[in-house]
Amino acid sequence: MKLSTKILTGTMLAGVSLAFALTGAVQAATPKDTVVMAKQIDDIISLDPAESFEFSGSEAVGNIYDRLLTYDFKDVSKIKGQIAESWAVAEDGLTYTFKIRKGMKFHSGNPVTAEDAAYSIHRAVLLNKSPAFILQQFGFNKDNLADRVRAPDAETLIIRVDKPVAPTFFYYCLTASVASVVDSKLVKTKEVNGDFGNEFLKTNSAASGAYVLRSWKAKESYTLDAFDGYWAGKAKNKRVVVRHIAEAATQRLMLEKGDVDYARNLEKDQIIGLASNKSVVLDSGVKGSLMYLGLNQKNPILAKPEVRQALKMLVDYKSIEENILKGTRVTHQAFLPTGFLGALNDNPYSFDLAKAKELLAKAGHPDGFSVTMDVRNVSPYADVAQAVQASWAKAGVKLELIPGDGKQTLTKYRARNHDIYIGDWGPDYQDPHTNAETFAINLDNSDTTKSKTLAWRNSWDIPAMSKKTLAAVEERDPAKRAQIYLDIQKEHQASSPFVVMFQQIEVAAHPANVKGFIIGPSFDVNLYSQITK
Amino acid sequence: MSTLSLSSGALRRGGLAAAKLLIAIALTLLGLLLVTFFIGRVMPIDPVLAVVGDRATKEVYDAAYKALALDRPLTVQFWIYVTNVLQGNFGNSVLTSRPIVEDVIRFFPATLELATFGTFIGVVIGVPLGVQAAVHQGKWIDQVARFVGLLGYSAPVFWLGLMGLLIFYAKLDWVGGPGRLDVAFDDLVDPVTGVLLIDAVLAGEWEVFTNAFSHLILPAAVLGYSSMAYISRMTRSFMVEQLRQEYITTARVKGLSERRIVWGHALGNIAVPLITVIALSYAHLLEGSVLTETVFAWPGLGSYITASLLNADMNAVLGGTLVVGATFILLNLFCDLLYRVVDPRAK
Repeated sequence: MKLSTKILTGTMLAGVSLAFALTGAVQAATPKDTVVMAKQIDDIISLDPAESFEFSGSEAVGNIYDRLLTYDFKDVSKIKGQIAESWAVAEDGLTYTFKIRKGMKFHSGNPVTAEDAAYSIHRAVLLNKSPAFILQQFGFNKDNLADRVRAPDAETLIIRVDKPVAPTFFYYCLTASVASVVDSKLVKTKEVNGDFGNEFLKTNSAASGAYVLRSWKAKESYTLDAFDGYWAGKAKNKRVVVRHIAEAATQRLMLEKGDVDYARNLEKDQIIGLASNKSVVLDSGVKGSLMYLGLNQKNPILAKPEVRQALKMLVDYKSIEENILKGTRVTHQAFLPTGFLGALNDNPYSFDLAKAKELLAKAGHPDGFSVTMDVRNVSPYADVAQAVQASWAKAGVKLELIPGDGKQTLTKYRARNHDIYIGDWGPDYQDPHTNAETFAINLDNSDTTKSKTLAWRNSWDIPAMSKKTLAAVEERDPAKRAQIYLDIQKEHQASSPFVVMFQQIEVAAHPANVKGFIIGPSFDVNLYSQITK
Repeated sequence: MSTLSLSSGALRRGGLAAAKLLIAIALTLLGLLLVTFFIGRVMPIDPVLAVVGDRATKEVYDAAYKALALDRPLTVQFWIYVTNVLQGNFGNSVLTSRPIVEDVIRFFPATLELATFGTFIGVVIGVPLGVQAAVHQGKWIDQVARFVGLLGYSAPVFWLGLMGLLIFYAKLDWVGGPGRLDVAFDDLVDPVTGVLLIDAVLAGEWEVFTNAFSHLILPAAVLGYSSMAYISRMTRSFMVEQLRQEYITTARVKGLSERRIVWGHALGNIAVPLITVIALSYAHLLEGSVLTETVFAWPGLGSYITASLLNADMNAVLGGTLVVGATFILLNLFCDLLYRVVDPRAK
């Protein structure tokens, strides 16, 4: 008997010591010159700039490709040239002329020309993937492209739009990642069955930006190598590796261990936890994403203006921001995020039970009512929804939460089968029209409409506001245009079925010796090239 | 002459059995495909969304809807799918933009490596522990085994994983962190089998081997722990039953050493059910290690299938499920064969 106990103990000890003997000498810090990030990147489905429209994919594309134009990250109102050296709009407001920067080269060594820029726009429009509408809204289609977007010589690009709009609106659309300029010579050699090289560009790059795509392993990592010949100066690091680490707690562990240089998806708990660690620094930047509740107007109770107002007053914004979102979001109650032209930064709503009860009584629901909310079953949506449930209950509004996975709740939302939906909306480009269009335009409230904006999704029929919002895009004087948006937002804030609650703050934690990551205002301008360690 | 005819008869019988087996396997796989396919189609998730994203215009949406053949009747969709599969075409994954076959080849070895190592730990510790617990019923070792087993059963894998990381990775620095390798060792070894330990040995890269091992040991131990809990409990109950049998008493009367009785006779007699238990546990680890894979950022098939399911990426789900199903069948076959080896009566 004793012998067998020994065998058992022996086996276990041998196993454990073998394990640790083997692992004794393994710890390797991140290599010098290589920046390693821990981030959730499982949303990437393609790294083709004409297709990629997810947060992580756009970030990678933003570091690999150059566009014609970009903007100052500290002051979005300043538009800067990237591939374009200068640009101008003709008197008629229709014809735009761009001069291409001289001496620029693609990673392949091919020179960057106006033909590449024209090809890239043709390609994005004709491929017709998700972000194509950003360019298509200027009236480009397969029949008129050759005439509308052309390169008379290697340095000149001429684009003619279908109607005069605020020039900044057009320029901001050209700063979106869908307008990235691809190496047309290289891409044309990779075309298969007229796919404009889409299959190839999903996992490879043909660009002129600061980095070359070395590899993308879906759900695992992507690796970028610095491009030696970058026109704006070579990146300050040799390589960036972004690893998919789903768990915020794990990201924090890896950061504190020195296995990664940046943790990108920390939540409130980790941020508070890191406060005591002196060797870790938090960078943050205000992003355009808004967290809001959408109240479906097909529900007759939610369609009453007093009920909508009351529900806005029943959210305890301050407490949610402090206790649930701390450091990751800030209260913001209008549809244009801070930083955008014409953004309304008033937050008129706060928790006001008495006033809300009064409004509910006026609407004929003095004892409240029952309603459901579809909630993505992940932090922080579930937590925020629970807080809303608790504060609404104080006025007798019984909110039943229906948890689901993100795609599931979204499917229901898109089909207008919800009562209330809680979610985020991120702007597609830096012009106010992007959010104004979705929150304040609904031209056809029928189920079969072509344009399914957020206003449509919540069955909010608003012909007058839609007209006004559409007119705003044609106003060419920026000051007047900003004023129109301010007016629309005020009206929207008071009457819309949207409870806009919070604007996102992006946080990146890193050791003190690692510096230089730029968190831009949009998800596609988080830039790696200035990072040193 | 007569021997020849006899052997050809046996051959024919063997061939018939093999054919029957193959048909059974094919039918099982087809059934699996059918069920998964229809579950996928009635799920309240819109598969088009996975392709076009949240912001697509109606035209883009409609084009994708058509491209996915969702406008055709269900039976037609299934027929298209099955005919494609028979030609070895499992379609492309929406999430990874690659053919499913390539994805499976990439993700499955990672799971295989983890599950095999986990099961190995489970067996090496679980079987002796179970035997000891049975031999010393009610004594301290039995209590320990029971406690360890209970903990392995009830502690969430997720929590165990995070605690393991906190202690052995963050505090003690004994093991590597999440992922299969440190960044410094990425891409140093060309994938041959996909199992990193083997590939590293084939390439003669010992540093990569140790690094990969240091990353593997903790998730494998976490998985192995739950597997060990199950195996030790089952071993104990099989052994308790055996030790009550008359042949054990006979052996004792004959003066055989306790060691031979327990480890030779009794253990030999529970080999068949034990193999089943181990195989079941192995199969469970192969398909069910999603949480471990998430905590340890382990790019395996479990998290691949789950993510695909949540995104309604049905081709990927079907492909992945088929692989898991086929593995089950293979494991079953392997068990059957093993029975015959360890227990001649099974023939």
